[in-house]
Amino acid sequence: MTVTITVNGADHALDIDPATPLLYVLRDDLELNGAKYGCGLGQCGACTVHIDGKPAFSCLTPVGAVAGRRIRTVEGLGSADAPGLLQQAFEKEQAAQCGYCIAGMLMRAQALLDRNPDPDEAQIRAHMQTNLCRCGTHMRILRAIRRAVAMRKGVQSAQDVRP
Amino acid sequence: MSPVLPSLSRRGFLTGGALVVSFALAPRAFAQLAGGGEGGAGPTVVAPDLKGSLKSTPWLDAWIRIDADGRVTVFTGKVELGQGIRTALTQVAAEELDIPPAAITLVTADTERTPDEGLTAGSHSMQDSGTAIQNAAANVRMLLAAEAARGWGLPADQVTTGGDGRLHAPDGRSLPYGEVAARLSLHVQAVPDAPLRRPSDYRTLGRELPRIDIPAKLTGGAAYLHDMRLPGMLHARVVRGPSVGTSLQSPDLDAVARMPGVVKIVRQGGFLAVVAERQWTAIQALRHLQRAAYARTQSPLPADGTGDAVAATLKALPARDIPIMDTGEPAGPAIRTVKARYTRPWISHGSIGPSCAIAQYVDGTMTVWTHSQGTFDVHRVVAELLGLPPERVHAIHAEGAGCYGQNGADDVAADAAVIAKAVPGHPIRLQWMREQEFGWEPLGPGMMTELEAALGADNRIVSWRHAVWSNPHNNRPVGAGGVLAGNEADPPFPAPEGKPIPMPEGDGSRNSNPLYSFANTHVVYHFLKDMPVRVSALRSLGAHLNVFSIESMLDELAAGAGIDPLAIRLDHMRDERARDVMQAAADRFGWSKRPKGDGRRGCGMAFARYKNLGAYCAVAMEVEVDRETGRTLVRRAVAAVDCGQPANPDGVRNQIEGGLVQSLSWTGREAVRFAADRRASFDWSSYPILRFGDVPGSVEVVVMDRPGAPFLGTAEAAQGPSAAALANAIADATGVRLRDMPLSPERLKAALGPV
Amino acid sequence: MKPTRWAGRAAGRRAVVGWAAGGALACLAGVGAFLGIAYRSGLPTVPTPKASDFPVELVSRGAALATIGDCIVCHTADGGAAYAGGRALATPFGTLYSTNITPDRETGIGGWSKEAFKRAMRDGVSRDGRHLYPALPYDHYRRVHDGDLDAIYAFLMTRPATSAPAKANELIFPLGFRPLLAGWKLLFLHQEEFTPRPDHDAVWNRGAYLAEGLGHCSGCHSPRNLAGAEETGGSAYSGGMAEGWVAPALNGAGPAAIPWTADSLFTYLRTGVEGRHGAAAGPMGPVVHGLSRAPESDVRAIATYIASLSADRTAPETPAPPDRTAEAAKANPAAAALFAGACAGCHEGGAPMMTQGRPGLSTVTALQLDRPDNAIRAILQGIHPPTGPAGPTMPPFAASLTDAQVADLAAYLRTRFSDRPAWTSLEAASATVRKEESQP
Repeated sequence: MTVTITVNGADHALDIDPATPLLYVLRDDLELNGAKYGCGLGQCGACTVHIDGKPAFSCLTPVGAVAGRRIRTVEGLGSADAPGLLQQAFEKEQAAQCGYCIAGMLMRAQALLDRNPDPDEAQIRAHMQTNLCRCGTHMRILRAIRRAVAMRKGVQSAQDVRP
Repeated sequence: MSPVLPSLSRRGFLTGGALVVSFALAPRAFAQLAGGGEGGAGPTVVAPDLKGSLKSTPWLDAWIRIDADGRVTVFTGKVELGQGIRTALTQVAAEELDIPPAAITLVTADTERTPDEGLTAGSHSMQDSGTAIQNAAANVRMLLAAEAARGWGLPADQVTTGGDGRLHAPDGRSLPYGEVAARLSLHVQAVPDAPLRRPSDYRTLGRELPRIDIPAKLTGGAAYLHDMRLPGMLHARVVRGPSVGTSLQSPDLDAVARMPGVVKIVRQGGFLAVVAERQWTAIQALRHLQRAAYARTQSPLPADGTGDAVAATLKALPARDIPIMDTGEPAGPAIRTVKARYTRPWISHGSIGPSCAIAQYVDGTMTVWTHSQGTFDVHRVVAELLGLPPERVHAIHAEGAGCYGQNGADDVAADAAVIAKAVPGHPIRLQWMREQEFGWEPLGPGMMTELEAALGADNRIVSWRHAVWSNPHNNRPVGAGGVLAGNEADPPFPAPEGKPIPMPEGDGSRNSNPLYSFANTHVVYHFLKDMPVRVSALRSLGAHLNVFSIESMLDELAAGAGIDPLAIRLDHMRDERARDVMQAAADRFGWSKRPKGDGRRGCGMAFARYKNLGAYCAVAMEVEVDRETGRTLVRRAVAAVDCGQPANPDGVRNQIEGGLVQSLSWTGREAVRFAADRRASFDWSSYPILRFGDVPGSVEVVVMDRPGAPFLGTAEAAQGPSAAALANAIADATGVRLRDMPLSPERLKAALGPV
Repeated sequence: MKPTRWAGRAAGRRAVVGWAAGGALACLAGVGAFLGIAYRSGLPTVPTPKASDFPVELVSRGAALATIGDCIVCHTADGGAAYAGGRALATPFGTLYSTNITPDRETGIGGWSKEAFKRAMRDGVSRDGRHLYPALPYDHYRRVHDGDLDAIYAFLMTRPATSAPAKANELIFPLGFRPLLAGWKLLFLHQEEFTPRPDHDAVWNRGAYLAEGLGHCSGCHSPRNLAGAEETGGSAYSGGMAEGWVAPALNGAGPAAIPWTADSLFTYLRTGVEGRHGAAAGPMGPVVHGLSRAPESDVRAIATYIASLSADRTAPETPAPPDRTAEAAKANPAAAALFAGACAGCHEGGAPMMTQGRPGLSTVTALQLDRPDNAIRAILQGIHPPTGPAGPTMPPFAASLTDAQVADLAAYLRTRFSDRPAWTSLEAASATVRKEESQP
């Protein structure tokens, strides 16, 4: 059947089994690399995208369920040439090792900043709890999120907002 | 982005450049053992006087190519694992060639393009490849300068470089590298004494160059093997029981064959896979096949549990005793003796991305894209497994998720090759499912140690005994018997017998030989070749438990005698660089002014030099224990590291910081669970790892400045010291000494008791 | 749900519901005469006992009892010091904050005598004479033996003192007026100390004592009358509501597809998951958290007692669990696709969770209940491992599925996995839960 989805502002009409998890549609049909297969169980967050502005596990979201809803992926935050603010903060903090989790981390964190532009440390940590990193990049990810908060406030150095 | 593009064919490669006159790689013996410090001899040494991997690949054009238009390509047999090696090696090459790093294209392991440097493992990349590229680049720069000087009629030492890819004469004349290189053959062996650039002149080395690979990873660029999409590519899933040692009984192949979109069912011997046009179809087919009952085909798994259960399992296995260290020095009588047993359970690599590979069989040649740490091993394995001549197999590295040792990467590459051979022409993309990664990858081995140490009257250690029991950590596949598909073939390739890695690197014995100067040190490795669980290398191998044991014992001795933990270490350490990192960590931490253990809060420190050959690392941390729940939070941690000349200090910090946090997860909460017939850890709910709620309040890393000093492997240096510092801090906080990993809230709560 | 029930998302989980309505009732009953009986005197402060005043065995026993009572759950704020209070207990009548029960002199119970502590536990009266809200289930604690209260007192008084002033409750008028609580107590606070039943063995009696007293199981698993007090007699354990979740009947009237036994209850209470019934979710999570750490023999005793409540009422035959895939797909075709993409990775045959012995949906109690609340809440909010980082986990689907899709999916699940009548008003039920979730 034909399912039309809106990803990063563009509509895509697909002839597809509506049960297909959004993750595979993004990766294999739309050729977007950001969302990753990590567990397929909604336990690690590597596949996180936004659906109508809320962070969701694309690995467990049937594409038929999101027809007509707004989907945003890490590609929608910016590009390597024109990175979004949060991406800039991650770049500045070099907040990646293998980086496989990072697109999910970015989307998870972006959802927090969209809702709460000035989260405190405890709120950031609690919000990021759903996403796993195995390389141990957590400290840098937290710094990058704090840096993004500071950048939004016009503070150039994330030093000022370290706990 | 290079990893996603099919590599240039050799013909294209050879005709594409100006300088490469013949293929410069050493011939590879088929049965060559894996190198890279995780066992085996590595590639054959042909030039022992040279440094790093130049010993086995001495020709300059194997490492560096300079096109007439000035483009520079650098080749390494090591691979990016998320440790930042692409960036570090690019910096090394840029520094010694004296060109901007952006002018360099780095090609990582590719069996038709790069030197074989064995495995990317054991924190060897900077020592092996970094050193080789550094010296090769210095050689090339020397040759370029000499050639330019010859053209200008100047003495060679009059020609200089300026960091801009040009050679300069004192009178202002200059020539671009490309132009000079076109007049030159680099198909010459390196000389051992090409002058290196002076550290005071460094433009790139030691600078915090942003990682080359990070922008793509932040923006959805093509960064991983997983992101490759080749024309005509099909998706496969391999079908197995829940974990190693099981097989499905009568899977419903007929139903799956009828599923729309299923292209082929590949069944050869015990190997079963399904190939489909779409990934989702392949997964649904897999799930349908997995409805079949399974049976255990191997001996039962060890009893579930940690501590005593691990010890009982290991002690029941026949051991071969390997003496590691035996010193006899006169020492005073023992005043205080402590004896203790330490254990570590089986640990999963826990890669966030399940292993993936792409294979394509065209015209009798198999190409495999792999994120294995041993691209050249994949080549050997696939050739033997499929009975193909070595020249008919081409293995190319492309980046995967962090693997931290031998996870499923090698197996999935072999799986993909078997499938691709059965579906010629089509690229086959195979990714394991989450539960397959947990169920089938080799685990980090369970281990135990028994230590007995004694302090004399002057607070000096007068005797030290350390015995370690371990399975081999070195089961890297070098032939078809080392991968699952080989064991499933008909007839099966037998799994090779486990072998220990000899010291000084060691495997289960790694870091069992203390760097400290203790009188009367006796260290023995009870090597256990029979493996009740499929195991292989996990980051730091035996160093995790050995350093944990040594550094815990030091604190146990110190606590009993009322000695400061830093003092007992310094008192027994002669290596100045070791003393320096300990002092640096202590100073930054504020060790001398630290809060004293008060039942809830406490501080601990630990030290090791990885393998006694690599980087020096000291870790200090402050913990807070919730006595009601046993939950331990690291309030802050400080590490100091001396890795010689840091190629990229921020890269070093990233590795140490990550290693520390990962070690807290391993040490504090991880253990693979076993049912009698299967691994019971199959997802993140049955194998939880550290999440944001439990990571330290802060982690700080001090990188020692050692200008121009040889590179020392860094990536695994934090695992052991972090583990021991945690145990020592908990002991300082609570008075409770935990010796069995994981140092979980349940274990600590049980030890603390209700009051 | 009925308006008299405490339907909020009380973070404190097992609080007794309905007390507020009781207060209102008492208000109607006549304030003047009532104030006379409402007065309770303050008790004098005492010097804070030292930890060494208490024998270790007594403290250990208190620790085990406190675990079964799960004191730590309500009396610890997120990220706060253990027992220092401050956890918000949200109710439709406003927000209550739990109090500091560490032996801090100024802000905790450091100045409380053993008598003051026992009065609070039995009569719901603070040391200073104020009535306590029955969020503290003192109606159950009245059943606890004196010696056990001594042990709990010893345990609490040996915790580290933490200074944490009580937060002011935020209750709607007139419920902030505590003397009203005396009316509720007059009507409903008549429980006696537990006495063993000679016709049952020691294990059963131990279980009954713990379940009826500190465990206060019926606080959730019994229905409540209009005044918010538990119904007793034949209605006891016939099921209730807690924080919007159905607390299934434990008296055999429950809909479990496969009857509970003492063994299966033990597994469930100890680990939070049992292969043929499901996983602990909602307010049952913290209960399991406590019981996973309580003495094993006590948990076995509780399981024995609870199993006995239904022993004579359940069918001995185990029915074959239904799984009508085709019928359900025909009735809710779109939901069949939702199930395949969102649920099947764990809940369909061949999924690793099934291979590993986790519950299959055809035996999960939530799909057999008369009300869809538990199923809808599990879908929207997910399930968090109750005993620690490991354990049954389900991700929330609130962000990916709309209320209409949740309703469709719930209908599909009911048709596929249950013989019971279809649920109704599913979309509205989903919307209600979602609205509650979105509140800060």
